Amino acid sequence: MTLAIWLQSILDGLVIGATVSLGAIGITLTYAILRFANFAHGEFITWGGYFALAVLGAVAGSQDLKALLGGPFEPFSFGWPLIVATLASILAASALALILDAIYFRRLRRAKIAIASVIGAFGAALVLRNLVVLGYGADPEYFSREIQIAIRFGPGLRITPDQIALVGVTALLVVSLHLFLTRTQMGRAMRGVRENPDLASVSGIDVAAVIRATWVIGASLAAVAGVLIGLTIQLRPSIGFDLLLPLFAAAVLGGIGSIYGAVLGGLVIGVSESLAVMLIGPEYRAAISFGMLFLILLVRPQGILGVRA
Amino acid sequence: MIDVAAYLVFFLCLALIYGLVCLGLNLQWGFAGLFNVGVVGFFIVGAYTVAILASPAAADRVGGFGVPIPLALLAAMAAAGLVAFVVGIPTLRLREDYLAIATFGIAVTIQLVALNWETLTGGTHGRVSIPRPLASVFVDRVNANLFFLAITLAIVAAGYWALERMVRSPWGRVLRAIREDEVAAGALGKNAFAYRLQAFVIGSALMGLGGGLYASFIGYVGADDALPTLTFQIWVMLIVGGSGNNKGALIGAVSVWGLWSFSGWFMAAVLPSAFAVRAGALQVILIGLVLASVLLLRPKGLVGEEAVVSRGARVK
Repeated sequence: MTLAIWLQSILDGLVIGATVSLGAIGITLTYAILRFANFAHGEFITWGGYFALAVLGAVAGSQDLKALLGGPFEPFSFGWPLIVATLASILAASALALILDAIYFRRLRRAKIAIASVIGAFGAALVLRNLVVLGYGADPEYFSREIQIAIRFGPGLRITPDQIALVGVTALLVVSLHLFLTRTQMGRAMRGVRENPDLASVSGIDVAAVIRATWVIGASLAAVAGVLIGLTIQLRPSIGFDLLLPLFAAAVLGGIGSIYGAVLGGLVIGVSESLAVMLIGPEYRAAISFGMLFLILLVRPQGILGVRA
Repeated sequence: MIDVAAYLVFFLCLALIYGLVCLGLNLQWGFAGLFNVGVVGFFIVGAYTVAILASPAAADRVGGFGVPIPLALLAAMAAAGLVAFVVGIPTLRLREDYLAIATFGIAVTIQLVALNWETLTGGTHGRVSIPRPLASVFVDRVNANLFFLAITLAIVAAGYWALERMVRSPWGRVLRAIREDEVAAGALGKNAFAYRLQAFVIGSALMGLGGGLYASFIGYVGADDALPTLTFQIWVMLIVGGSGNNKGALIGAVSVWGLWSFSGWFMAAVLPSAFAVRAGALQVILIGLVLASVLLLRPKGLVGEEAVVSRGARVK
């Protein structure tokens, strides 16, 4: 029985870690290609979740759309409305990222002070979060208020169908991103800019397009993470900000710039948090990320899969 | 009229306390190029240090040591400096963003401690009855505030004077040399890590001193004083005033705290109380937009950095 409790805790950690991974990929890409620590990245998660909530609200409010899109796919709690909402949210979050870059971050980059982007992002994060508070208030929101029955398997383990969907979607996105980065022209261009922006630029790579692609990928994955959190937990205006430390810890742990490192880091952070809740209680959950971050910076600052610059 | 004057005294006390914190951040960022995103963490460590050492004994709380306020303030500086020392060791050798991430992390962690370690911090109830210096002499509220303002002014003036001496000394020149070009400074035999650590610890100690003064002035410190909003406010003060200039840090602190207080008062007066949460959000958005416009339109801030070679020699 004790073993089952520990296994369950690891399983829960992997589910949470999957969403952390999705966010950490964006952090690590922005860091590798745009070369700054994007403190506003968490807000794409928040906005992604709330964009989807807005679309779901619109669908629920219209009889025609409800009839067209139908009910949930058993045994999941969601159906076509959430899929449409997720796609809309990906588009909206990407647009938000591109607009922010065009009117704000691009100019800060031009100032040639690397850190102007970081403090600028920190400010943008607080503004974006408080815009959500302004629109929706600070109370939690839910996609669905129905309680899902968990599936039992193995030695007394439980997982809900939605959580299985979450892990499946994450795996699918990571594999797609891998194929994109290794098999397409743009993917190769992105890796080129990551290795050496000047060399990439003189070899005829469109750096501006690479930067746009970076924002779109980061914001899209974050939006999906926001939707998945809304689906399996709840939405609050602070979800993105609260996730920021785990996201950075995951990116640094895996090795800044490494996509697979970010995925691995996310899963490690998720499981560590979950186990820490078992060992020392839930109060200090968020401090686990800091502890892991501190340790890795002390012993192996380039991260698990990173190479020393 | 007396109300306005009394409020002005209260306002200036807080503005100067934040000015002190802003001076600490200016030493770190303005002169040493260290990116501290955990200002509130060092501030709150100082505040709790004074609360624990100086407040009278209370049930279920660590305290009752009866340490006089001046000594407690020194301890606040030491405690915040110690935290900075521990955080600085693994991060100050790495790229600047790592310090940003690590200081953000320490502030979140300290906030959790503030919230959960009740015997030390009082948790959500906070620590109460933190005394002011010479509280038995200045009993009347207006006089007490005036006296506190005098103390704060003296401390800020001393801090300003000391910092001006420091940044114009050879030590300050090395700091700026490292900020501008670490490799060149290293080639001249300067140990960048040691200088950075010194600037980081001294700056954080000033933040701790600010926190200690705050705890003594308000008489209360709680977990809601540990929110990252303060870090953001201090940064906006420094950017608006002009980083790399101690005068700028103080001007920024007074003007941004003025804007913050005024917008808070204005929204409380205009909006019904049911919108309190949203009014708070609007306040942060307003300050965020101020930051964004200054970063984009006037990145040097109101005053900007002076080109100073050494004490006495000014270069335009």
